[in-house]
Amino acid sequence: MATPSIRFFNFAAPSRFYALAGWLTPWLWAIAALLAGTGLYIGFFVAPTDATQGDAYRIIFIHVPAAWMSMVLYLVMAGWAAVGWAFNARLASMVARALAPTGAMFTFIALWTGAFWGKPTWGAWWVWDARLTSELILLFLYLGYMALVTAIDDTRRADQAGALVAVVGAVNVPIIYFSVKWWNTLHQGASISMNAAPKMASTMLTAMLLMTFAFWAYAFAVVFTRTRAIVLERERDAAWVGELTRPVARVAA
Amino acid sequence: MNWHSASEFFAMGGYGLYVWGSYAVTAVFMGLEPVLAARRHAQARRAAAIEIGVDDR
Repeated sequence: MATPSIRFFNFAAPSRFYALAGWLTPWLWAIAALLAGTGLYIGFFVAPTDATQGDAYRIIFIHVPAAWMSMVLYLVMAGWAAVGWAFNARLASMVARALAPTGAMFTFIALWTGAFWGKPTWGAWWVWDARLTSELILLFLYLGYMALVTAIDDTRRADQAGALVAVVGAVNVPIIYFSVKWWNTLHQGASISMNAAPKMASTMLTAMLLMTFAFWAYAFAVVFTRTRAIVLERERDAAWVGELTRPVARVAA
Repeated sequence: MNWHSASEFFAMGGYGLYVWGSYAVTAVFMGLEPVLAARRHAQARRAAAIEIGVDDR
């Protein structure tokens, strides 16, 4: 046990992960709350009214971060699902499953807030444009993954089948991202890109980025919590879980 | 400061329905999801305690 260097692979053991994630989660909630509070303050009280979109543009402070998270979480989910499948890594498959509901929620929020922005700006709640349609497909991919893994009783087979769907579905993410370039969409182009100056005022950008980091912290916290639940559900018979739930051992842990 | 009164703030320049409709639904979802996840964890912990015959209250 007394190793001189930190071995990060230690955390691939569900028991280690359980302890580490449990320690981190309250801090992640605090960071999320702090960032969201600051982001919303700047977004509503410091950032000016947009010259063309009026105050309706303030929806982007949640719309853009939610849309980013919906795509990033899908890729992370597919990545862990693939690792779990390829290397038979228990924890990776559990993390993949824990990511799906959060990703689906962010996808729904991106679609919902998009509709509430589209109505006053475009005059329509929904249009069958490439960006919107591919994001809707993303929601179905999340829901399909969740339905599939819960429908198969054998945990390992369920994880493998889920990984296949998740990995194949990952092709949709670049389609969403580049849809505004590849097709002539009603949806506007990227607000921020790596090779051009942001197309918005700096206070607007600050609010959006703070909300993005808040959503990141939120996603980590909620996914850690759900992963810990899945770890306990699956490792119920393991000795370390027994130790954990014994009242005396719990004080020490 | 963008707003001169609370009613002006809630009106959002005429876009109140859309702005608050977006934020309200986001708040409900992001408020509810952590509660559900925490409840699932507590349930799993209780079930694990029952499994080994220890009453975890």
